[in-house]
Amino acid sequence: MSAIQFPAPDASILSRRAEIVAALARLVAPESLVTSEDELRAFETDALTAYRRMPLAVVLPSTTEEVAAVLRACHAMGVNVVPRGAGTSLCGGAIPQEDAVVLGLGKMNRVLDVGFADRTMRVQAGITNLSISAAVGAEGFFYAPDPSSQLACTIGGNIAMNSGGAHCLKYGVTTNNILGVRMVLVDGTIVDIGGDAMDAPGYDLLGLVVGSEGQLGVVTEATVRILPLAEGARPVLFGFDTSEQAGAAVAAIIGAGIVPVAMEFMDKPAIEICEAFAKAGYPLDVEALLIIEVEGSDAEMDAALARIVAIAREHGVRTVRESKSAMETAAIWKGRKSAFGATGRVADYICMDGTIPTGQLPLVLRRMDEIVKSYGLRVANVFHAGDGNLHPLIMYDVNDPEEARKAEDAGNDILKLCVEVGGCLTGEHGVGIEKRDLMRHQFTQADLDQQMRVRAVFDHGWRLNPAKVFPLDGRWTPASEAA
Amino acid sequence: MDAGERGGVSAALLPRDEAELVAAVAAAAAAGTPLALEGGGTKAGIGRPAQAERSLSTRELTGITLYEPSEMVIGARSGTPVALVEATLAERGQMLPFEPMDYRPLLGSEAEPTMGGVVGANLSGPRRVVAGACRDSLIGVRMVNGRGEAVTSGGRVMKNVTGLDLVKGVCGSWGTLAAFSEVTFKVLPTPETSATLVLHGLDDARAIKALSAGLGSPFEVSAAAHLPGTVERVPKTLLRLEGFADSVAYRAGRLRALLAPYGSSALLEAAQSAVLWRSIRDVTFLAEPRGEAIWRVSVAPSRAAAGVAAILDAAPARHLYDWGGGLVWLALPAAGDAGAAVVRAAFAGTGAHATLVRAPAEIRAVVDVFEPPAAPVRRLTAGIKASFDPRGIFNPGRMYAGI
Repeated sequence: MSAIQFPAPDASILSRRAEIVAALARLVAPESLVTSEDELRAFETDALTAYRRMPLAVVLPSTTEEVAAVLRACHAMGVNVVPRGAGTSLCGGAIPQEDAVVLGLGKMNRVLDVGFADRTMRVQAGITNLSISAAVGAEGFFYAPDPSSQLACTIGGNIAMNSGGAHCLKYGVTTNNILGVRMVLVDGTIVDIGGDAMDAPGYDLLGLVVGSEGQLGVVTEATVRILPLAEGARPVLFGFDTSEQAGAAVAAIIGAGIVPVAMEFMDKPAIEICEAFAKAGYPLDVEALLIIEVEGSDAEMDAALARIVAIAREHGVRTVRESKSAMETAAIWKGRKSAFGATGRVADYICMDGTIPTGQLPLVLRRMDEIVKSYGLRVANVFHAGDGNLHPLIMYDVNDPEEARKAEDAGNDILKLCVEVGGCLTGEHGVGIEKRDLMRHQFTQADLDQQMRVRAVFDHGWRLNPAKVFPLDGRWTPASEAA
Repeated sequence: MDAGERGGVSAALLPRDEAELVAAVAAAAAAGTPLALEGGGTKAGIGRPAQAERSLSTRELTGITLYEPSEMVIGARSGTPVALVEATLAERGQMLPFEPMDYRPLLGSEAEPTMGGVVGANLSGPRRVVAGACRDSLIGVRMVNGRGEAVTSGGRVMKNVTGLDLVKGVCGSWGTLAAFSEVTFKVLPTPETSATLVLHGLDDARAIKALSAGLGSPFEVSAAAHLPGTVERVPKTLLRLEGFADSVAYRAGRLRALLAPYGSSALLEAAQSAVLWRSIRDVTFLAEPRGEAIWRVSVAPSRAAAGVAAILDAAPARHLYDWGGGLVWLALPAAGDAGAAVVRAAFAGTGAHATLVRAPAEIRAVVDVFEPPAAPVRRLTAGIKASFDPRGIFNPGRMYAGI
C-alpha cells in the first residue's frame, strides 16, 4: 500500500547521518545504538505493517537522563525523533521516517515503586501492560486498561495512544488510570507532570499528554493507579438471530441499572473465524454474539447474571451459555481476545477503530456491510458494545495492490460513516498516519488549529513524531500565526 | 441583538446562544477587554481577585441538548443548572458519576451552579475515589477560545482518542482558557441503595489506614472519609457501599469483618448515609464560622496525616479527610497569609498541593491561591494560556499572576 504519504525526508539530515550517529554514540553505550541496516529493519514498521520506513538510527536509552541527552542532541542538530514502545500500534503511530531517530523505551522496563496503601505504582515507560498487573497480582491488585496487545505493548505506548481495552466500560481507559508522568520535552528538559495525588494542580497537562501520540514529549516514567481485583469474574455468552436484538439487549441491560465490566459483540464472520481458531464453543447458528462479564462474589455474580439472562430472554436470545469454570471463562475470552490474530490466519486484514453512539449499531452494521461489499471485500466485526467502539476487520490480499487500495478506501468510508452518525474516527488505537488525512472529517480547521497551537507549546518545531495525527498540509506553526 | 447591549453598559454580558457567545468574545478580544467568565458565579470567590473589566456569564445558555439513557450520555449548554441535569438523570435512574460538590455552603453564595462551572472547576465529590473526577466523565466540550473562535473537542461517545484531548486541558482551567458553550458527560445508573460503615474513635493515621484497607479490598467502597476530633466529638471513619441491596448487604458484612481490627462498627442505612455524604461532599462541617480561611489539599493518602499533624502543631486548625485521605479540607484563621506558609511547609516534599478556596480578597491578592508550579510547568502553563487566549482576556491572573 502506498496511499498514505510521508513527508519527503530532509536531504540535509540524510547527508549528515554519520555526524548524527557519532553524536548519539557519545551519549549512550554502544549496545544502545542501532545503526546497521539488518538491525534497523526490526524497527521499520509497527503493527500497521503495510507501511515501512527505515529510520536514520535507533537509540535504546536506559535512563531518563539518557533520553534527555538524546533529545537535547537531536534538538540541537535539528533531527526529528519518533518515540517507540513495543511497536504494536495499529495506526502507524510508531512508524519511523528516514530522517528521524527512533527513541525506543524498551530497556526501561522496571517497576520503581509500589504503594499499596495509596493504590499507586511507579513504573518505567517501557514496561509491558501485563507486567504491571503481574507485579501486583499476588497482593490482589491489577492495572485496569487491558488492550488486546497487553502481553507486548508498553505503558509508554498506552499513554501515547490513550489505549482502552475490553474492560474499560467499568474501569475507564488509560487517561482515567494514570496519575502522573516524568517526561522529557523536545529540548531535553525533564518535567514531572501530575504526581501520586488524585488531583493535580493547575492545568490538566497530564490530560493533554495522554493520547498525544508522542508529540508533546517522551514519557519515561508513569505513576499508575492500581485497583483491587474483584473476588471473581464470570462471563455469559449469548447468541442472537439479529444484531438488532443484541443491540436492544445491551441497551436494556444498561437501562436496568446494570453496568457489566465488559460487553463484547461479534458478528457472524467474526464468530466463525474465532471459533475455528480458539474452539471456544461459540454458537455457529447465530448472527450476533455477546460476551457479557460481571464481577463480584459468587452470589453477587449469580444475581447479576440472573438479571442479565432474564433481559436477554426478553430480547429473544437463542443461545445462553454461562461459564461454569475458570477454563470455560478462559476459553470464552480466548476467542474474543484472539480475534485479530485469528483473522490474520484467514486473510490479511486492516483493523478499523471507529466509535459510534450505540443506538446507531444496526444502521452502521448494515451500511458497513454495503460499503465493504461494494469494494468486493469481506468484513468481520468485533465491537465493544457498551461503549460503541467498533473494530471492523476488513479482509484483503496484501499481495494484490488493487485489493489493498480498496481495503483502505473501504476503511476510510467506514470511519467517515462513524463520524456522520455522531461518533469518531478512533476509539482507542489512535490517529497515527492511518487516520491523519481523515481528521478534517471530524474537526473544523479552527478545532485542529487549536490542537496544533497547544501542540506547539511543547514542540514548536514539529520535531516529535511529526508525520502523525495532523494532516500534512495546512499545519499550524508559530510562523503561520504571524502571517 | 448583541449580547452586550442588553442590561446596560456595566452589566454582565449574557449571550443566549453560541453565536452570541462567539460575538461577545470576539468583540472583547478586538477591544482587549478583560472578561470575568462565569456561569452562576457561585465560585467567583475562588482564585486570585479578578482583574476584569466586565463579566460574561453563560447562565442564559441553557438546556439539555442530548440525553440517551441507553448510551449513558448527557449533553447540556454550559449555563444549564446542575440541579436540572441531576433531576433529568434521576428521572431515568441515572446520575453524574463524580458526585459534583456544591460550593455554596462553604462560600456562602446563593445563585444557581451551572454545568459549565462544574467543568471549569473540575468539581468532584466523594465518589471520585472509584468513579474518577469530573474530567474523567467529561467526554465533549464546545467552547469559544480567546480569539472568538468556536472550537469543539471530544464528542458524545465515551471512547474517543481522535486528536489532542483538549477536553481534559480545559476542564479545571477556572475560566482562563475558553468560554464553554456546551458540555457532554458519560453517566452511570444510580445505585439501588447504599449503606455506610462507621468506625469510631480512630486517630487520623489509623483512620486513613482503615480507609486504605477498605479501598484496597474487593468490596467496592464508593466513598471513604474521616471526620476527626476537630469537627466531631467522637471521630468517625466512614466507608460507603453502593449497589443492589443484596450485594450491599453482602459487602457490608465482609467489610466489617475486614476492618474488625479497627474496632466495632455501626452501619448507616441509605437515607442517613445520603445526608451524611452530602455534608462531606459540600464540607458543611467547616462552613462556619464564615471568617475562617478554607484550604483544600490534594495528597497521597499515606502522607496526609503527618502533614495535618504538622499544621495542627503550628496553628489552630480544624480539618476533615475525603477520598480515603487523599483530599484534606482545612479551616484556619484568615489572618496574615491565612496559613499559607504553614500549610505549604507542612506538605513540602510530599507531592501534595494546596489551594486556598476561601479567604478575603486582600489575602487572595497576595497569597498563591493555587500551588505555584515548578519552572518548566509554569512555562507550559503560560504557553497553553497564550495558545487559547493570546490577548489574556479570560479571567486574567485568576490562577497565577501574569497568566
